[in-house]
Amino acid sequence: MTIAIASGKGGTGKTTLSVNLALYLAQKQPVILADLDVEEPNSGLFLTADLKEDLIRYNMVPRWSGQCSLCRECQANCVWNAVIVLRDRVMVYPQLCHSCYACSELCPEKALPMVPYRMGVVRHFVSDNLNFVEGRLDIGQELAVPLIAQTIKYINEKFDKKIVRIFDSPPGTSCPVIEVMKNADFVILITEPTPFGLNDLQLAVETVRQLNKPFAVVINRYGIGDNQVENYCQTQGIDIIARIPNDKAIARLYSQGKTLFDNVPSVAHELQRIEQYLFSKAGKA
Amino acid sequence: MREIVVISGKGGAGKTSISASFAYLSPPETVIADCDVDAADMHLLMKPRIVQQEDFYSSQEAVINPDLCTGCDLCYQVCRFDAISREDGIYSVIPLNCEGCAYCEKVCPVQAITMKARLDGQWFISETRLDKPMVHARLGIGTENSGKLVTLVKNVARKIAEKYNKDFIIVDGAPGVGCPVIASISGASFVVLVSEPTVSGIHDLKRVYDLVRRFGIPAGLIINKYDINPEKTQEIISFAQQNAIFLISQIPYDESFVQAQIRGLTMAEYGSRQIKKLLRQSWETVMELSE
Amino acid sequence: MKIAFTAQGTDWNAKVDPRFGRTRYILLYDEDSGELQVIDNSASVAEAHGAGPKTAALIADYDPDVLITGNGPGGNADPALRAMGIEIFTGAGGMTIRQAYEAYKNNQLRKF
Repeated sequence: MTIAIASGKGGTGKTTLSVNLALYLAQKQPVILADLDVEEPNSGLFLTADLKEDLIRYNMVPRWSGQCSLCRECQANCVWNAVIVLRDRVMVYPQLCHSCYACSELCPEKALPMVPYRMGVVRHFVSDNLNFVEGRLDIGQELAVPLIAQTIKYINEKFDKKIVRIFDSPPGTSCPVIEVMKNADFVILITEPTPFGLNDLQLAVETVRQLNKPFAVVINRYGIGDNQVENYCQTQGIDIIARIPNDKAIARLYSQGKTLFDNVPSVAHELQRIEQYLFSKAGKA
Repeated sequence: MREIVVISGKGGAGKTSISASFAYLSPPETVIADCDVDAADMHLLMKPRIVQQEDFYSSQEAVINPDLCTGCDLCYQVCRFDAISREDGIYSVIPLNCEGCAYCEKVCPVQAITMKARLDGQWFISETRLDKPMVHARLGIGTENSGKLVTLVKNVARKIAEKYNKDFIIVDGAPGVGCPVIASISGASFVVLVSEPTVSGIHDLKRVYDLVRRFGIPAGLIINKYDINPEKTQEIISFAQQNAIFLISQIPYDESFVQAQIRGLTMAEYGSRQIKKLLRQSWETVMELSE
Repeated sequence: MKIAFTAQGTDWNAKVDPRFGRTRYILLYDEDSGELQVIDNSASVAEAHGAGPKTAALIADYDPDVLITGNGPGGNADPALRAMGIEIFTGAGGMTIRQAYEAYKNNQLRKF
């Protein structure tokens, strides 16, 4: 079973929940935690684990052979301006390339073969029952989706389907989030009980509904705001499966990069509720 | 005319709360720009009345005309994104997967495929309860957030500022470190970095500051919720000192941040006396530093 | 020498555009002939990605020796401009084209 943890708004606790839920479950069973916020993977800051594998990931991009008639077909065929023709050469911008292969395959002189281009790394760490896989985009790389896809592929090739996967998603509702949700069986949307939290939850709900994925809500920092989020969920028939309390002790532990499941009983209790909900759903499915 | 951009790298640090307060404290001749187009929140504090609304087209998607299609399979063969479906021999495009590369359009022997502009979002010009115009936008679900819509919002804000002789543009910048942030800071007179004293907050502050430095734009720092971790706060202060980032202020964690939000007010209007004073001083510092 | 300016307008009184890739116009001044040419860059402005390279490709055909701008080209346009051997000067943001030209002649701009 693959659970994606997402949120319309940044800073609501995606990584906190992903890390703590993964560690909580890993006390009893093997778990894979994937940090798919490849632009800014933060989960690793909260984990101590041994590096098992560090692999460079590549995208296929065109490379100019160095000689051609400069007919400019390639420039015309690229919708992303990743291939431009100057007076005496063809220049390729690998970081803009979406790997559609059009310029390469349509070049009349076969002067743009596709070659691998480094876009980032996938790192695999292990700590007891927990397998932590992180996708990390190189600085200057603009496209997150190909690396997210490759990180998920790595996980599916390496691990048994039966092992539970927790996917820490990027924030927001754009392409990278869609890529993560597409590959999940269930989505947990985490939010906070404030007007900003509600606004962004509504955007996230719209996203997950468009993908037709089953989902539920976790409210973080419960108590800091009002009950608009609860009312919204009730009206919409959305299950709220946990309410993590607003607690200065929690905030402090988080600020230090420490885990909560083993230090804060109220958090462990909420994680248990999430576990029960998820695995009762899995049983039913 | 000065453009003040507020960014934070990490979400949840208080970027929007602070830029909204600046929007309140700034002189009357101000334009507000909400460049967090993926998850815009400024409007919740500004009571906007939309005066102009426009569609935003950025990407395109392929469309197959079933009347012309001969089922030759070429489009399916060239598509790298699994965006062509051929269920029951009927060829159609799966919009969510289509990247708009137009390769299929180019190879179709009977011109059955056309590229259609995709409605990727909307942008708005609104009047606000602060009597300052606001430019904001909504990016469509599942759209690539390239920075183009951010740039558009900034350009519209600039046009308004020039036309009506405004003194300030206050920009609520995009979160993260990618193209939308770069587009947010491009052309700014001054950048305000909002950070929180947490391991993630510091990590993301350093990454976003890297961008600011490359652009050579003067920057100042506000440490929000500084009292949740004095050691980490000191770490941020040291970082600022080592990098010639001016420390604008340190704001304590305060419940009134949320209470103000619930009432649809900025902290500069609703916060405790201490917070209001800190915000006013912060704004005055920003005005001085951005001259 | 041919000098290119990123510009928000179409004459000597126009303001320099701080950006390169999404600059609205490129003004090309030929010091020998005294001619000021206007190049419309709106196609690049409209681009989601790759505005820098597209603008670079656009000016390649005009073969400028110098580029004067505000902030400087971003990471994508930079290599193309360098490949063309164009000298880039920044710090002209906020000036008019005329002022930027004077500043350049008086060595008051920053070499990128």
